[in-house]
Amino acid sequence: MFQNIGEMVLLFWRTLVALPLTWRQRAKVFDQLFEIGPASLLMVCILSFFIGGVMALQTGPLLVERGLGNYVGGVVGFSIAKELAPVMMAILIAGRIGSAMAAEIGSMRVYQEIDALRTMNINPIHYLVLPRLVAIAIALPMLVTFAILVGWVGGAVVASANDRIAVSFEAFFSGLRDTVALKDVANGVFKSFVFSLIIGVVSCHQGLITRGGPRGIGRSVTKAVVNSIVLIVIFDYLLTRVLLK
Amino acid sequence: MNSFSSNQHGVGLQVRGLRKSFDGQEVLCGLDFDVQPGEIFVIMGPSGSGKTVLLKHLIGLEEPDAGEILIEGQPILSPEVMSKFRMAMVFQSGALLNSLTVGENVGLYLTEHRLGSPEEIARIVTEKLEVVGLKGAEEKIPSELSGGMKKRVAIARALVIDPQLILYDEPTSELDPLSAVVIAEEIVHLKDRIGVTSLVVSHDRDLAFGVADRIAVINQGRILTIGTPDEVKRHPDPLVREFLHADFKRHASPLEQRKIEYEKHH
Repeated sequence: MFQNIGEMVLLFWRTLVALPLTWRQRAKVFDQLFEIGPASLLMVCILSFFIGGVMALQTGPLLVERGLGNYVGGVVGFSIAKELAPVMMAILIAGRIGSAMAAEIGSMRVYQEIDALRTMNINPIHYLVLPRLVAIAIALPMLVTFAILVGWVGGAVVASANDRIAVSFEAFFSGLRDTVALKDVANGVFKSFVFSLIIGVVSCHQGLITRGGPRGIGRSVTKAVVNSIVLIVIFDYLLTRVLLK
Repeated sequence: MNSFSSNQHGVGLQVRGLRKSFDGQEVLCGLDFDVQPGEIFVIMGPSGSGKTVLLKHLIGLEEPDAGEILIEGQPILSPEVMSKFRMAMVFQSGALLNSLTVGENVGLYLTEHRLGSPEEIARIVTEKLEVVGLKGAEEKIPSELSGGMKKRVAIARALVIDPQLILYDEPTSELDPLSAVVIAEEIVHLKDRIGVTSLVVSHDRDLAFGVADRIAVINQGRILTIGTPDEVKRHPDPLVREFLHADFKRHASPLEQRKIEYEKHH
């Protein structure tokens, strides 16, 4: 385990050092961005809309019963912006994009494509890891920003449509504006940026250390997703603790 | 590797005391041999004899536990040597990048190292594909190609580097006899045309005796013999003879034996 952590830190460092080469690899970055963004957008919309709705459904009646209906928008908006959108979207992207990264790089490793790159003096980190890491680091925060907005709308729709809550759109967003500051949204987006690096590094690392045939690729994909989710949850706590100050 | 100007001379390779173990099991047990500039040197041996591991050392994909590999007398693992001499490897599977077209695969080295304008690279790609008889295949994707075509694309990709040394890993495995002949002719043609040094790893006896200037027979990480094809054929070592003369003969069934005896007597 410690060897893996060491290798991942090293991979991250080597990718950071290679950042000045991003412009040269821009075509691959755009390819990856299109792979991540449009393909995930619909899922992000559905997921965040219903997360917002569920949050409104869970908290709305409790707050309204206690005469705190004005706070429904604030509670829903705050929890979506700071916690639910970044974490849930990161988990979604780990499953959707992290797995694809590990599978693609893993199969390239198994079928000697990475060896072929090295014999041509092409650094696999520059060619494969850098574009993926840059693309996911751009795409996930954008998706999370979008998810926050859609989640708020989902919460507002449910809050106004549900008889037990019956908080209007205006009241919902008014409460939200009073409670949620821009800093809170920025915190959530920043978290998602860190999560994107975790997903990118873990998935690319798992791909690069893939051994064996199709079974090895399958194992790498599973490890990439599971390890990403575990690290996302751990880092979520650590970041929340740090950002609380 | 800063230019792709034509180079007419192959380079010599020296292997000295090369040893490698994996998980305590010795795969290469102190190999020593020289490959002369411009020759076709074939390393033969049964599966699992350490041929592919040796090849990975020669291209710098593995580091030896002991010993050294020299190109023109200079250690291969130093970065200056890797950039000074142009080496290419044709993998057993071809190892084409499946996400790229044939043209992009062949031109990958030039594109990534920015060694020409897109038009110039396209011209070189067309030229190299023509050399291996695949003119017009630029837009195909690797999954559309047969095994033989993949290997020829891999050779074209190797040629783009304008190599001084080409390493071939089992170039005729998984190929039908006609495609194997095409690949063998390609190896000889390249040597004659650009004087490249070729090191071929194979257990295909027809290929080895057809193309080799010299052959080394390797077994369990040790070299059993090195020599010209005729010298190797005449070598008295029983392991060498067993490997070179192994043949499959179907035993006659009892019914067929009775038939043969009957025909003998009548």
